[in-house]
Amino acid sequence: MRKIKDKKITELVKRLAIKANLNLRADVLDALKRALRNEESPSAKNIIKILIENSNVAKKEAIPICQDTGLAEVFCQIGQAVSIEGDITAAINEGIRLGYKDGYLRKSVVSDPLIRKNTNTNTPCVIHYDIAKGDKIKITVVPKGFGSENASSLKMLKPTDTEEEVVDFVLDTVKHAGCDACPPLVIGIGIGGTLDKAALLATQAIIQPLSRKNAKKHLALMENIILKRLNSTNIGPAGMGGKTTCLGVNILSFPTHIAGLPLCVKISCHATRSATGVI
Amino acid sequence: MKRIYLPLTKDIRVKLSAGEELLLCGKLYTARDAAHKRLYEAVKSNRDLPIDLSDNVLYYCGPTPAKPGTVIGSCGPTTSSRMDKFTPVLLEKGLAATIGKGRRQKEVLQAIKKYKSVYLVAIGGAGAYLSGRIKRATVVAYKDLGPEAIYELWVEDFPVIVAVDSKGKNLFQGEI
Repeated sequence: MRKIKDKKITELVKRLAIKANLNLRADVLDALKRALRNEESPSAKNIIKILIENSNVAKKEAIPICQDTGLAEVFCQIGQAVSIEGDITAAINEGIRLGYKDGYLRKSVVSDPLIRKNTNTNTPCVIHYDIAKGDKIKITVVPKGFGSENASSLKMLKPTDTEEEVVDFVLDTVKHAGCDACPPLVIGIGIGGTLDKAALLATQAIIQPLSRKNAKKHLALMENIILKRLNSTNIGPAGMGGKTTCLGVNILSFPTHIAGLPLCVKISCHATRSATGVI
Repeated sequence: MKRIYLPLTKDIRVKLSAGEELLLCGKLYTARDAAHKRLYEAVKSNRDLPIDLSDNVLYYCGPTPAKPGTVIGSCGPTTSSRMDKFTPVLLEKGLAATIGKGRRQKEVLQAIKKYKSVYLVAIGGAGAYLSGRIKRATVVAYKDLGPEAIYELWVEDFPVIVAVDSKGKNLFQGEI
């Protein structure tokens, strides 16, 4: 067994929380630059230029890309040959607390969804644990802004529904609330499993690079169709019209029950953030 | 781009048209969900408000904390529609304009027209870019709300677009 101290985990989570909030992901920045070349409307071009400039300012001044530094979701994949010294859940939350304090990130977490008192630490974070082969721990921090989270949606489709109905639900979700979610958007889609599995897959889809080629041919085709149709809605950057409503679509799927077809559409903004590290 | 000096009096507002790009100079107040709830409750129970709304502008924003030696952190707009249920009452109290992102509900669009207000949008997610336009920031009310407290911001050339003008012309396609 390889021993890993809880302190190491705290240090990594802290570093990833700050990194994710201050540095726009390279694949997202590339997608914005590509969109700037393709966009025709002068006002849409101008907004994309400002978004690119925004990521430069954030990096240079070491301030967050967006003031909504999110509710942190942490994906933690633990090698089965690892033995952890200490309390891993406490160590991850401590990393988030320190990252948000020392990185001057906004504390956006309330202790109870109904009583709504700010915890002033941005904890607790939402943690997803997974066990894998090997003797390493892989951690991904995803600061999830809620302008786009609120625009996300889930539906239990019927097993006899077609791919067209899946595409329509994604389009309806974006048309309904896309303007509010800081377009151009990044769309993560989870299909299959149970209700909660579909939601988890949709979040994992957001973390995938935008340049990723889907290995499942029918899903790769669907990603293209959704991207093309979203970019012809004329929602555009900031919802002010244009060809760039969506920067990329990633779909993840899982086997499901004969009676069901769970579908989750996770919406993320042009400041889609995540950072990964390994111990 | 047209430079506008605040406060935003009625004679200035009525001349603004949907689609116009403006650079704001002067005083804004931030207010988001929790502060709106308190302002609304204060109006409803006839208590004094901690800020004067008359001819002033509310910016839907909860900034990140300022690093030492800086004015403010990242400070872009938050989603306006969450403030919709409180907005008509505040417009009735003399609020000149609101700044946020995204579309508004029908009741807000009607109130904007009725009180000759305007709805402005800033670019969502451009919080780092916008922070350079803030020259002073002070918490003036509801300090206990942390990032949701009301800040008084002094801005210079703060870029916004007129999304809904005082005649009711709306840049977004339709209402919610």
